[in-house]
Amino acid sequence: MYAFTFHRPQTLRQAVGLLAKNEEAKLLAGGHTLLPTMKLRLAGPPQLVDLSLVDGLSGIELRGRSLSIGAMTRHNDVNTSPVVHEAIPALAKLAGLIGDPAVRHMGTIGGSIANNDPNADYPAACLGLGATIITNKRRIKADDFFTGMFSTALEPAEIITKVSFPIPKKAAYQKFKNQASRFALVGVFVSKRGSDIRLAVTGAGANGVFRVPSFEEALKTRFSPKSLEGMSIPADGMNSDIHGSAEYRAHLVGVLARRAVAEAIGK
Amino acid sequence: MSAIGIGAAVRRKEDQRFITGRGHYTDDINRPGQAAIYFIRSPHAHARIKTINKSAAAGMPGVAGIFTGTEFAQDKLGNLICGWTVLSKDGSPMKMAPHAALAAGKANHVGDAVAVVIADTLAQAKDAAEKVKVEYEVLAAVVDPAKAAANGAPLIHEVAPNNTIYNWHLGDPAATDAAFRNASHVTALEFVNNRLVPNAMEPRAALAEYDAASGSLTLWNASQNPHVARLVISAFVGMAPENKLRVVAPDVGGGFGSKIFIYPEEVVCLWAARKLNRPVKWTAERSESFITDAHGRDHVTKAQMAFDGEGKIVGLKVHTIANLGAYMSTFSSAVPTFLYATLLSGQYEIPHIYCEVDAVYTNTVPVDAYRGAGRPEAAYVVERLVEVSARELGIDPAVLREKNFVKKFPYQTSVASLYDAGDFNASLQKALQIHDYKGFAKRRRESERNGKLRGIGFASYIEACGVAPSSLVGQLGAGVGLWESAEVRVNPTGSVEVLTGCHAHGQGHETTFAQLVADRLGIAIDQVNVLHGDTDIVQFGMGTYGSRSGAVGMSAIVKALDKVEAKAKKIAAHLLEAAEADIVFKDGKFTVAGTDKSAAWGEVALGAYVAHKFPTSEIEPGLKESSFYDPTNFTFPAGCHICEVEVDPDTGEAAVVGWTAVDDFGTVVNPMIVEGQVHGGVAQGVGQALLEHTVYDDKGQLITGSYMDYAMPRADNLPDFKVDMTVTRCPSNPLGIKGCGEAGAIAAPAAVMNAVTDALGTEAIDMPATPASVWAALQRTNKLPRAA
Ligand SMILES: Cc1cc2nc3c(=O)[nH]c(=O)nc-3n(C[C@H](O)[C@H](O)[C@H](O)COP(=O)(O)OP(=O)(O)OC[C@H]3O[C@@H](n4cnc5c(N)ncnc54)[C@H](O)[C@@H]3O)c2cc1C
Repeated sequence: MYAFTFHRPQTLRQAVGLLAKNEEAKLLAGGHTLLPTMKLRLAGPPQLVDLSLVDGLSGIELRGRSLSIGAMTRHNDVNTSPVVHEAIPALAKLAGLIGDPAVRHMGTIGGSIANNDPNADYPAACLGLGATIITNKRRIKADDFFTGMFSTALEPAEIITKVSFPIPKKAAYQKFKNQASRFALVGVFVSKRGSDIRLAVTGAGANGVFRVPSFEEALKTRFSPKSLEGMSIPADGMNSDIHGSAEYRAHLVGVLARRAVAEAIGK
Repeated sequence: MSAIGIGAAVRRKEDQRFITGRGHYTDDINRPGQAAIYFIRSPHAHARIKTINKSAAAGMPGVAGIFTGTEFAQDKLGNLICGWTVLSKDGSPMKMAPHAALAAGKANHVGDAVAVVIADTLAQAKDAAEKVKVEYEVLAAVVDPAKAAANGAPLIHEVAPNNTIYNWHLGDPAATDAAFRNASHVTALEFVNNRLVPNAMEPRAALAEYDAASGSLTLWNASQNPHVARLVISAFVGMAPENKLRVVAPDVGGGFGSKIFIYPEEVVCLWAARKLNRPVKWTAERSESFITDAHGRDHVTKAQMAFDGEGKIVGLKVHTIANLGAYMSTFSSAVPTFLYATLLSGQYEIPHIYCEVDAVYTNTVPVDAYRGAGRPEAAYVVERLVEVSARELGIDPAVLREKNFVKKFPYQTSVASLYDAGDFNASLQKALQIHDYKGFAKRRRESERNGKLRGIGFASYIEACGVAPSSLVGQLGAGVGLWESAEVRVNPTGSVEVLTGCHAHGQGHETTFAQLVADRLGIAIDQVNVLHGDTDIVQFGMGTYGSRSGAVGMSAIVKALDKVEAKAKKIAAHLLEAAEADIVFKDGKFTVAGTDKSAAWGEVALGAYVAHKFPTSEIEPGLKESSFYDPTNFTFPAGCHICEVEVDPDTGEAAVVGWTAVDDFGTVVNPMIVEGQVHGGVAQGVGQALLEHTVYDDKGQLITGSYMDYAMPRADNLPDFKVDMTVTRCPSNPLGIKGCGEAGAIAAPAAVMNAVTDALGTEAIDMPATPASVWAALQRTNKLPRAA
């Protein structure tokens, strides 16, 4: 690790101010992505702005027809929250599939989506549920937020404060884990809210999380795994590495999509 | 059986300390004035070191010294060595290339250390290391053992043309060929035994201190054999005379072989500590462990097994290319030869066997012994061949095994091993019954109804442990004897210290060795302390590996106890005023036969030290005896493991859903610890078969250099194990122990892959059978569950 200055602002305004003043400063949330890269000297921000004491950044709240989760809410809190279990059980399950207990007690939803790791789980939920990412400046639709691997629509000195998930009628997440890292080799999140059907894929794409319009169309006719029978997506644009070829990942998208739909309809 | 003696499942004495974080490892030790050392390692697999410019780093804060391989070479220390000479077919000795602790001139693998920075803190050392400019000329690299000896492959060491270390063989080629000519069926297979990264929980570590007053050096080192480390660093590297070098291996958190070897880091720490007159500490970071701990396995093999018309094996031919990496590690030469080919008869009568092994250098991390060392590779060859033969011949694999088992002992194999005792069919039959083999067809149908493919696989493995008879290993080229030592030191109050040359790094010696002693002397287990791991405290010993501590180390303790008891009886005779011949020692009491006169163990111990009541001209005061025990043969643990897998054809995931292990370890000292060793060994074997994939790219970069990419087995990768035993005593040692530490890792890979290939209906898949590779195999065979 390189030396850095550690800031612990109490308010969002102070945090934004610190970011604005120090161009290379980094926000610190759960630290479970940022700190390992700093320990390996792959990152060396001269300033860290810790969000843990900033008021109002964590917590889970039901607001009308949507579920709002504060950026600093830990994966474990989402996983064990009765409110989430009631409103979007698939989201609670997803949080419980992230890493191990140590990771889930430290890692945060804001950190996860800001980081937009191509194999992370939350981006699939955000895109698959049509979430809105709320920052100190604006509201960003998930469809516009994830802009490629490890990249997002966030601007300098922009801080995620919460994520708002519309409550679906049905939803499910299927994760096929990379055997080593246990991140998603492929993960598929599907949801149905009225006629709005979304199916988002993480892990597989060379460019990060993406939706599968052809699957969504097919599911609009009938929300059943049968509607996806025999359907697949092209291997083009899929990631390929020692853990699986592009063809394998494309194949898994189909398998997991069918399983997710089956789970969503309780089969 | 007593509540604490041999056969009792006594709880491990050491666990309280380990589980509550009170273990004391090398990295926990800090010395006054200590500095941190950081190794600058080659990022290239093969590169000439053109220049190293340290001027920008020298003045950095906290820096105490920066040294390069060239400076190390100026001190004319010796090289690291491989201590076991293997001869090629033509009688020429193996081509051992020089291995300096710091590379000068050329780096030969990613991770090869080329310079060091020593500073007050590790962060300072790292900061300065970034300013050390190393200019490399990158050379073409070779990583694939099958390509290393090819014409035109980059040459790694001048002394080894074609990168070939030796072309070794064992057995009679003409007789084996003749057996094949007359055979009615031949099964042929080709496979890769995948390279593994050891991954002990505690990374390697070294702390070196120089005492200028006495001119002596102390090395704290995560080592499985501190005395051997001292011997090599003294006699071969020439760091210091043996009496001026103390090596301490305190608590050590796992080794699996990787901490047997003498590595560059400990040598450099000692050298730097003396040069700077300052303690110097190094603890590997995990990413360093991946590129410096000696790896395991890495064979490419072609093998054929021949049968007569009755299904009897008549011959076996094996050709193996063994990748030894960039340098020959301490015992690397013996692993793919004497620890491998000598086990190729498996549990079977195979009249003719011929094995050729070509060992090669590549631009990869050195390869050496890793849990099982040679024997998992041999068991994989034999058990895969037998299983596939059964499929080809249409014979039940259990029946084919039974038909070919060695049934009479002793049995001289055609590959030098002399099996002393065993009952292979007993293990097989017991395993079949426990596993409910008969119920497999039904379980398979159930799986198929759920859209899954189910397979079953056997491994009737044998291994050679209890290393080893010294003169025998001497004839085979070993540079050392492989006896073990013990000292039993009785204190005046009757408590006991046992000093052993073995070293525990997870095996539970503090408990099992104490069980033996406490039971024998009739004292409480808490009254026995087992001391190991410090060359200043313990007499010379050979350390722990090759499942040797029970069979060899405990035998030495038995011999020392015999002497203690004999002397204590003499003293008791004087105390009780009786003839020595009439003294009976039982349950911690010396009794005069036929009388009620007795003396307790503690009284006799005190008597020995007070020395009032016996003539010290005849009997020396004190009660302390030692023994050096040399085994007369290897021991041969054997058993039968059955694995059942369920494959999801949609994802390619192979889940281990059933495991039965029936092992014959001879006498079992502590069944709970032994069962734990089986669990751990099987977990490692399942890891090799399904998860652990060491991948280098063609440039020699390790792609799987962290846990993001290298999959270790975890609890949820494993089923509930059914573990049982059969027992035939080992005739060659006093306790009848065979050893249990490696068995699981030896049996498991073959059992898993036999099950996976059974499920898939194709033999064309190598380890690890990852979901992606299983899925790819299924794309080729188009096999689907019947009911689907
Ligand atoms: C062993 C291990 C296993 C893991 N397994 C999984 C897994 O299975 N699935 C998975 O999805 N993830 C996994 N992770 C990642 C984990 O979920 C991380 O916690 C998460 O990705 C990042 O969240 P964090 O709170 O730790 O963020 P940090 O590491 O603190 O920050 C990450 C990045 O986000 C920025 N940031 C943080 N908060 C905000 C904010 N509010 N607004 C704007 N930018 C912000 C930071 O500046 C930084 O650049 C794993 C991590 C580890 C160490």
